Amino acid sequence: MASASLLKTSPVLDKSEWVKGHTLRQPSTSAVRCQPVAPSGLTVRASSYADELVKTAKAIASPGRGILAMDESNATCGKRLASIGLENTEANRQAYRTLLVSAPGLGQYISGAILFEETLYQTTIDGKKMVDVLVEQNIVPGIKVDKGLVPLAGSNNESWCQGLDGLAPRSAAYYQQGARFAKWRTVVSIPNGPTELAVKEAAWGLARYAAISQDNGLVPIVEPEILLDGDHRIDRTFEVAKKVWAEVFFYLAQNNVMFEGILLKPSMVTPGAECKDRATPQQVANYTLSLLRQRIPPAVPGIMFLSGGQSEVEATLNLNAMNQAPNPWHVSFSYARALQNTCLKKWGGRPENVKDAQEALLIRAKANSLAQLGKYTGEGESEEAKQGMFVKGYVY
Amino acid sequence: KTIASSGRGILAIDESNATCGKRLSSIGLDNTEPNRQAYRQLLLTTPGLGEYISGAILFEETLYQSTTDGKKFVDVLHDQKIIPGIKVDKGLVPLPGSNNESWCQGLDGLSSRSAEYYKQGARFAKWRTVVSIPCGPSALAVKEAAWGLARYAAISQDNGLVPIVEPEILLDGDHPIERTLEVAEKVWAEVFYYLAENNVIFEGILLKPSMVTPGAEHKERANPETIAKYTLTMLKRRVPPAVPGIMFLSGGQSEMEATLNLHAMNQSPNPWHVSFSYARALQNTVLKTWQGRPENVEAAQKALLVRAKANSLAQLGKYSAEGESEEAKKGMFVKGYTY
Repeated sequence: MASASLLKTSPVLDKSEWVKGHTLRQPSTSAVRCQPVAPSGLTVRASSYADELVKTAKAIASPGRGILAMDESNATCGKRLASIGLENTEANRQAYRTLLVSAPGLGQYISGAILFEETLYQTTIDGKKMVDVLVEQNIVPGIKVDKGLVPLAGSNNESWCQGLDGLAPRSAAYYQQGARFAKWRTVVSIPNGPTELAVKEAAWGLARYAAISQDNGLVPIVEPEILLDGDHRIDRTFEVAKKVWAEVFFYLAQNNVMFEGILLKPSMVTPGAECKDRATPQQVANYTLSLLRQRIPPAVPGIMFLSGGQSEVEATLNLNAMNQAPNPWHVSFSYARALQNTCLKKWGGRPENVKDAQEALLIRAKANSLAQLGKYTGEGESEEAKQGMFVKGYVY
Repeated sequence: KTIASSGRGILAIDESNATCGKRLSSIGLDNTEPNRQAYRQLLLTTPGLGEYISGAILFEETLYQSTTDGKKFVDVLHDQKIIPGIKVDKGLVPLPGSNNESWCQGLDGLSSRSAEYYKQGARFAKWRTVVSIPCGPSALAVKEAAWGLARYAAISQDNGLVPIVEPEILLDGDHPIERTLEVAEKVWAEVFYYLAENNVIFEGILLKPSMVTPGAEHKERANPETIAKYTLTMLKRRVPPAVPGIMFLSGGQSEMEATLNLHAMNQSPNPWHVSFSYARALQNTVLKTWQGRPENVEAAQKALLVRAKANSLAQLGKYSAEGESEEAKKGMFVKGYTY
């Protein structure tokens, strides 16, 4: 599309001229032209969803609220169920997700829920559409759209995230089904380098996915997870994170993604899991906020951190530390394990435990809500909540 | 942080000798060193200037010059609580392979020059490159502009100078404001990407962008609110909050336009200090009032304070246009203007 408008509008490229004996070739004199001018002028792309995207992003990035990530693939959900002695059946997955989305009053602390495809099309055990339950709870339904990590040829045993093929029609279909935001998780591994190639591929994939999402009415959550694995110090994480986010934003801009209509899902800046120096929440907050201030333009409405193996309490404490002073963007959470862990254990697969399990979910949701407001105190936290959940070489 | 302090901005007086010559001849003076000295002395010794001005960008000659009483200009500035800065680029030259565009030279020997300037008392540097919308701009010109700025910024910081990063998107052209926004977003995306690649510390730079306006020959003019909206949108999309200050260039706007536009941008809190780094928009009336006559120096200095204060108020979002002179409203756009 860009090259078509180049040929039509740029006088330089209409003629074939000799410049110092060389033909003027299109690639070397390509003009900087992004899109035909949109009616409102301020939108970067002529996307008909622009206003809705901005509205959705703002709603998700609302004070005191964050995202419940429950988009585990069937295989990964199987691991969760197995950990409490349940088989990986559709009925069990349905029962578990029903428990989560029906927790009464969840919408006070949770603004969005990321679903796996199966769940987007599922009903609760009472026969109500999952999507409808969420909307009634004032929670925006989201959808995981990537197709997982596979080995990256030419790299140092690193991965890349697939999912661009057919993403446009899939996204359109998800929008029809009620999803209003999307999520794509790629990873970067510090022990493996990371190589320039892996970083570039991760960033470029995210940027293309983001553009396609916006084109189809879905707010893209941009998630380049810098894995916790490794014995590196926090400075090294900081260095890599700066590189990754510089690349991500450069490619987002090149793909004409509208920054007011995206959300980020970064990993916090911490030492590697096997580093002997641990970091306090204050240190994690200092490094992470420095990263954000150096890389994130204020147009981005929300930064929803992943928990990536931190314990429930760690994840809450770190978030709280980051919200001790006003930030130019909403700084919040998009937690899976750090919201679900205790809840899952309390449930144990038994209907009679549903209420207690939902209670546990609400406790964590509220704790993180307070952390988002910078008002969390660690009083009354259970032992379960403090258990770390780092699994070396963890694979979704 | 000091330069980006509340209610203050930069006085740009780094005109090359040739350009300073144009200013002097516009009031009938010859382009001699004593005349340039007299003019800069008038500006820098203005009493109380430091209340509104946090930094002054000098040309090399001025950095090493003194007043007619023998006081170093650098010391005059220190006493005024104004930080001395230095223009370090070596001007624009044609860019081969482009569409008649320019590139900014000056990297050769920049490291040792910067170290010298630091010794002489400079604490910030300035490098102005340009981008032309009527000429494309070509991807090549944008890349070269951004890369040059990034390299200069890294070398500056290495030598103790805060780099002012200035990719001026020229006013020339008949393009609408939307096109300016598009180009500005592209330019700043590239600039920040290369600054990051060069490991420049964002907390230790300042920006000097052009405001997002229609081209000078576009049929529709934009009011200050529109310019503020487009410009702030661009800044929010491209400038991480670690950058302490954004000091706009005036680039051909009238003194009053430059003030009104700045004021419109400061009607609510911004994540960075949004201020001014004006040359013509601070000096125009001053120059005309002076006319090269010693007896006019006091009046000319008062005129400078009037403009400096107006822009200080604009930085705080508290400017009102009452009492502005006719002179202040005159546009200063010159088609194909070269420094």
